[in-house]
Amino acid sequence: MTSRTVTHDRPIDRLRRALADTWTITLRELQHWRSRPGVIVFNWLFPVLTMGMFIGLLGGAIGAATGSSYVDFVMPGAFAMAMFFGLEATMTAVCTDASKGITDRFRSLPMSGFAVVAGRCTADMINSLVSLAVVVTAGLLFGWRPDASAPAIAAAFALLLLLRFAVLWIGVFIGLKATSQEAVAAVQIAVWPLLFLSGVFIDTATMPRWLRAIAEANPLSATATAARDLFGNPGFAGESWFAENAALLAVAWPILLVLVFLPLSAATYRHLRR
Amino acid sequence: MRGREPDSAIEARGVRKKYPSAAPEERSALDGFDLTVARGSVHGLLGPNGAGKTTAVRIMATLLDLDAGEARVAGYDVAREGRQVRRRIGLVGQYAAVDEELSGLQNLVMFGRLSRLSPRAARHRAEELLEQFGLAETGPKRISAYSGGMRRRLDLAAGLVVAPQILFVDEPTTGLDPAGRRDVWDAIRILVDGGTTVLLTTQYLEEADRFADRISMLAHGRVVADGTPAELKARVGSDWLEVLPRAEADIPRITKAVRRWASGDIRTVNGRVRVPVLDRTTSLLGAAAALQDAGIALDDLTVRTPTLDEVFIQLTGAAATDDTTPADDTQKVPA
Ligand SMILES: Nc1ncnc2c1ncn2[C@@H]1O[C@H](COP(=O)(O)OP(=O)(O)O)[C@@H](O)[C@H]1O
Ligand SMILES: [Mg+2]
Repeated sequence: MTSRTVTHDRPIDRLRRALADTWTITLRELQHWRSRPGVIVFNWLFPVLTMGMFIGLLGGAIGAATGSSYVDFVMPGAFAMAMFFGLEATMTAVCTDASKGITDRFRSLPMSGFAVVAGRCTADMINSLVSLAVVVTAGLLFGWRPDASAPAIAAAFALLLLLRFAVLWIGVFIGLKATSQEAVAAVQIAVWPLLFLSGVFIDTATMPRWLRAIAEANPLSATATAARDLFGNPGFAGESWFAENAALLAVAWPILLVLVFLPLSAATYRHLRR
Repeated sequence: MRGREPDSAIEARGVRKKYPSAAPEERSALDGFDLTVARGSVHGLLGPNGAGKTTAVRIMATLLDLDAGEARVAGYDVAREGRQVRRRIGLVGQYAAVDEELSGLQNLVMFGRLSRLSPRAARHRAEELLEQFGLAETGPKRISAYSGGMRRRLDLAAGLVVAPQILFVDEPTTGLDPAGRRDVWDAIRILVDGGTTVLLTTQYLEEADRFADRISMLAHGRVVADGTPAELKARVGSDWLEVLPRAEADIPRITKAVRRWASGDIRTVNGRVRVPVLDRTTSLLGAAAALQDAGIALDDLTVRTPTLDEVFIQLTGAAATDDTTPADDTQKVPA
């Protein structure tokens, strides 16, 4: 009835197949965008809306306090926020696939198990690239300007995408572990305090001392602060060790998160067989 | 790329499975599960909710590890040769779903690609399947817009992308209206005619009765009976005459009049007299004449055959109350 392609089992062919499968899964995600354009466009605009709200709410107060433009201060934070919001997208998609039986369908096929996750990863990174482009464009419209060399700007974007990559594995892990949409909703709420307890929108110097230390240790703060620095945008003088080593932490935090959550995700995926 | 040409498509021996989340005192989902399915046959796995049907299918489809025992599908060990098994099976069930946000066509092409078809072959196969299942027109539409019956037919098509040697179909008709069920059965019949081995689970006995070559009845994770539908019915007993008198007071007279055709004890159930018989027609004609001669007024007189329902109630009722049955005490029907 059907001609099956010849089976190879040399490592190079397995790799080629894994890549082809990865692309097939990536393509599926891109097809989702086309089938639900409203949802995806809203997801891309959401960080812009949130950012606009903060500029409206806090721009005057903080701008007056720091003597510089709040927009220049807040934009790198908004970029970090857009990357951080990717957590919800990844987690929700992974949880939906698991609960609706799509994951099991993939697991029943003779495809590469690696591709299931790698395809998700590729699609989510593409998604976040678009999301980042949207916030950057909005920032430019609001009057944000980087004041740095091209390599420094590129490095700032690389740090932002590294944060997204780290957050992706947290999303995969929680998405596989969550047994219900309620669990996902709980994490969606928990995202907000994490966002506020950081130097993304506000100068941590206005916080009580103990809160300030926590906020400056937040991985989001590290990326936002390091990006501000690289973009040549005004920041705030941090006082904790974390704030002084933001650039180091903007690399170390995501790597640590990947080192923890990637193996955890892989183990959870394998344990679906239990 | 054929399998190892084993005699049976599926062989399971003493399979045990307890979910890690189950409480210690809870029963195992599978508790010494045995199954043999001949190549090219349709095998029905029958059991009430919670009997372990889905667990059994998931283990054989390599989605779930077994705790003990052995299962071979297409000659390959599900625990050690999962990839070989996955190349030869198709899976249709609530848990092996399709992507509702994509169209039927996009789904089938995707599964074809993931099953190692070339882009062109995947596309061709998808269109062929849509045509075959009467979905050619709905193919480009999103699945979420499909009716229940259309959706289930697409599930079936998704299980068939690579023309599997063995197809697992888990409760294909649950929740469908009669028209939807008929559609699904027409689709399954196409496969069976094509020589695919089908293992089908269902709660509907009449479906298994009509479609399955052999049936295994499952209760509490164990097969309590297996055989052809006719063999299983024969186990419950013979045919019987059912006499419904106009007046209940006539029951003793009826019993007396029909006694010579009875092959066993005559019983009265809900005001109906049940007379086990060996020969359907002779006894029906004879009893009718005798009852007429006796001048007994009747509301109904029929000859009945036991249904799988009755077999099931009898067998699982026994299994449900007898916890001490050892694992090897499976009641086999002599073939
Ligand atoms: N994922 C699971 N985790 C824990 N227990 C389960 C799970 N799936 C099924 N069970 C239990 O295993 C038993 C068999 O279930 P199942 O195989 O789904 O039966 P069926 O398909 O015949 O309705 C039931 O007691 C059920 O509660
Ligand atoms: Mg079930």
